[in-house]
Amino acid sequence: PELSREEKLQLRKEKKQQKKKKRSEKGPAAEPPELGTPSDLGQPRVAAHPTSLPALADGPNDGEKPAGGKSKAELRAERRAKQEAERAQKQAKKAELSQAATTAKPRLTPTEPQSVVKRLPEHVQVDDPAAQRKLAKKLERQQVPLRQDYGTKVNLFSHLHQYSRKKPLTQQMSIPSMVIHPAVVRLGLQYSQGIINGSNARCIALLEVFKQLIRDYSTPPNEELSRDLVAKLKPHISFLNQCRPLSASMGNAIKFLKKEISCLPDTLREEEAKEKLQDAIDKYLREKILLAAEAISRSAFEKINDNDVILVYGCSSLVNRTLCDAHVKKGRAFRVIVVDSRPRLEGRETLRRLVRKGIHCTYVMINAISYVLPEVSKVLLGAHALLANGSVMSRVGTSQIALVSKAYNVPVLVCCETYKFCERVQTDSFVSNELDDPDDLIVLRKGQAQLGGWAENKSLRLLNLVYDVTPPDLVDLVITDLGMIPCTSVPVVLRVKNVDQ
Amino acid sequence: GGSRMTDLTSSIPKPLLPVGNRPLLWYPLNLLERAGFEEVIVITRKEIQKMLNLDTKMKLDFVCISDNMDMGTADSLRHIHQKIKTDVLVLSCDLITDVDLYKVVDLFRTHDATLSMLMKKTHEPTEVVPGQKGKKKPVEQRDFIGVDDTGKRLLFMANEADLDEELVIKRSILQKHPRMHIRTGLMDAHLYCLKKYVVDFLVENRTITSLRSELIPHLVRKQFSSPPSLQQGLDNKEEDQKKKEQASLDIYSFIKEDNSLLKPAPDNSCWNDHRGDMNETLYEGKVRCYVHIMKEGLCYRVNTLGLYIEANRQVPKLLLNLGLEEPLVHGSAQITDRGMIGSDSIIGSSTQVGEKTSIKHSIIGSMCTIKDKVKITNCIIMNSVTIEEGCCLQGSVICHNAVIEKGADIKDCLIGSDQRLETKGK
Repeated sequence: PELSREEKLQLRKEKKQQKKKKRSEKGPAAEPPELGTPSDLGQPRVAAHPTSLPALADGPNDGEKPAGGKSKAELRAERRAKQEAERAQKQAKKAELSQAATTAKPRLTPTEPQSVVKRLPEHVQVDDPAAQRKLAKKLERQQVPLRQDYGTKVNLFSHLHQYSRKKPLTQQMSIPSMVIHPAVVRLGLQYSQGIINGSNARCIALLEVFKQLIRDYSTPPNEELSRDLVAKLKPHISFLNQCRPLSASMGNAIKFLKKEISCLPDTLREEEAKEKLQDAIDKYLREKILLAAEAISRSAFEKINDNDVILVYGCSSLVNRTLCDAHVKKGRAFRVIVVDSRPRLEGRETLRRLVRKGIHCTYVMINAISYVLPEVSKVLLGAHALLANGSVMSRVGTSQIALVSKAYNVPVLVCCETYKFCERVQTDSFVSNELDDPDDLIVLRKGQAQLGGWAENKSLRLLNLVYDVTPPDLVDLVITDLGMIPCTSVPVVLRVKNVDQ
Repeated sequence: GGSRMTDLTSSIPKPLLPVGNRPLLWYPLNLLERAGFEEVIVITRKEIQKMLNLDTKMKLDFVCISDNMDMGTADSLRHIHQKIKTDVLVLSCDLITDVDLYKVVDLFRTHDATLSMLMKKTHEPTEVVPGQKGKKKPVEQRDFIGVDDTGKRLLFMANEADLDEELVIKRSILQKHPRMHIRTGLMDAHLYCLKKYVVDFLVENRTITSLRSELIPHLVRKQFSSPPSLQQGLDNKEEDQKKKEQASLDIYSFIKEDNSLLKPAPDNSCWNDHRGDMNETLYEGKVRCYVHIMKEGLCYRVNTLGLYIEANRQVPKLLLNLGLEEPLVHGSAQITDRGMIGSDSIIGSSTQVGEKTSIKHSIIGSMCTIKDKVKITNCIIMNSVTIEEGCCLQGSVICHNAVIEKGADIKDCLIGSDQRLETKGK
């Protein structure tokens, strides 16, 4: 039976009294800012990590602990444990009534017993020294070098990493790499130098390298392949993360792989297990990436009419493929306006690929979009990831284009495979982003680099953002391999995917 | 080795020549050790292995070749090709450098290159070289090296000896890389990162004897030639067979496809190494050669007497930079007047230096005996040398076991080993 209203009030009063008591005897013990209220359980998550629920063992007997002379942390722990205990009681009672989905969640024993906070990933906590120390320790344990940040960051983004391309991670490693497989070192170098760019390319390269890793792996004696292989993969993933922060597509692929490995039956021999894993990776590649691209190309083709003027931005492998297929295979007559932006100038690559196939293209910079939009009939964009609230995370500049297109009433279509759908929620581009090398912004004109000495100028900071988030109301349609869905249906797709797996 | 320094190397084999009181071979091995290598294959003559006494943490695998075989560098690689299972780093024993090896290897890895090498900008040496009379020949055999705009990709390499009067550059190179910088002041450090299939190619193709003068230019040229097209028809079987044999000696047949970097991702990745034309990235060339050009730092190849002396002069700085803890003046050396010894002189163990002896900018080996009132400036003195009183030595090289009698005044000379100079000689 649920707690009646009076009982609830009583409970709350008790809690308040205890809090007051504790505070008065300890003095100014600041309430930790991250304490979540009990009602937060059902809300969508901020980070992709699971919440750390406390162990039930810290039961009702903490009222007997002696007061005074304790450290702040202990008192905090007590308070939280008490809250957790009460919450757990409430939950247990609720669970008897209804089969709530929350109890089906696995109860993880936390590493820090007092944290109620949803744990943020390390890469958005660069200005928190405790988090950085934890990361350093973890990397040291895995024998992966730590990459140093470079240059002063803009204050608003000081919680993100900023690396320099001239200081690769291999500087701190021995040349014949023993700890990290050489193929992974090569991949990491190619990521950090920008040779492999674009979320599909990165994911495909990652899966190929994982296949090679599995090929070269041999189970040590007295170990299980399913557990040991996952442990062996972790340092490699940390290394790649240090070279360049993992993309959402790569993250999903890694999750898939880890799940595959841990689901391997124990009865398989090592050879069979390795083959099974490689087949699974091939299947994932084929289905989720290659066939999905084919499906999206076909769906999008229905939306391209004769005498259309299509605006594209940057270089998206999906969009390029769609347009090339529509022109070459199906023979539609349309022309394309390619919008480009500094410093990456990826639009030039798109231009090259489209012109090669014979498509009529115009090339403008992003500051000219309001001049070309009156003649555009639709906008086709690629995405790096689709977030759980329907926002589109893509190359910086995409949200600008969506915004201006909305003002001109031009429909905006986003092409994205379902494997890039992410369970994160972001409403702005500040929280989780990537800062690229600020030296890329330095341009040489007639032998002079105007920004060349930016590091010496104390009041000058350079910002080179990589991604931005487009709110869902600016996007009209998302074309996925499951069909054409509105932006608001993304959480439905995610739910369906989770149930499937 | 050491064919250009016969005066010095007649008594000592080149890898053991002392530079800064350490055998020459120590320097490249130290470079590899600092980079983190743990196993090294050393190809040398048998006697050298016996005489070598190095303290390194690495596992040295000595492969001995007998003295009478006249082996070029490529032959040596062929000799050990069974031991080579992956990509290999080759360097010669006379390289003294403090380069960051990771830069060369990074080029190799990032671009999945066939070859990656190291070069250094040089300037003309101005010091007088002892033992050589007459003016130095101003024009030696120059190397013409062509690099692209970024300075990393190697486009062209030719030696002056191979060219008659003109420098010929293929049009295909200029079409793909319209801006090319040709330099002559670069010294090749003979440090190469090679892919495994190059070694396989060497094994099959026995006409190549030297790495530097034949294989490397061949690879550089191959970057811009297209792979041999398939044979046409089966009209003439014999002709076909001959063609096949020739084709199999072409390096393209050795390149395996599975590890190719851009195979699944060329359509996806937005990276392109050039702009302004319609071609795919890297022009789909399978052979790629890269070079890392050092601008600062030390890099010497000790293959002439002048370079040997120059290297000896720079070695104290190098050893300091490496952070070696041994003091420049060895502990067991008995020196009476510390003050007269210059700060960048190296003195070996068990050396006795008499009173009022001034030693500046010099390197003195171990077990030497230097008596009183000797002035030594800018000299290289090897082990077990005896120098009697009142001598004055300037800019000279004195080899092992020499004896210099009293009052000799030596300037810019090269004294071989076991020589004996008379009193008051000049």
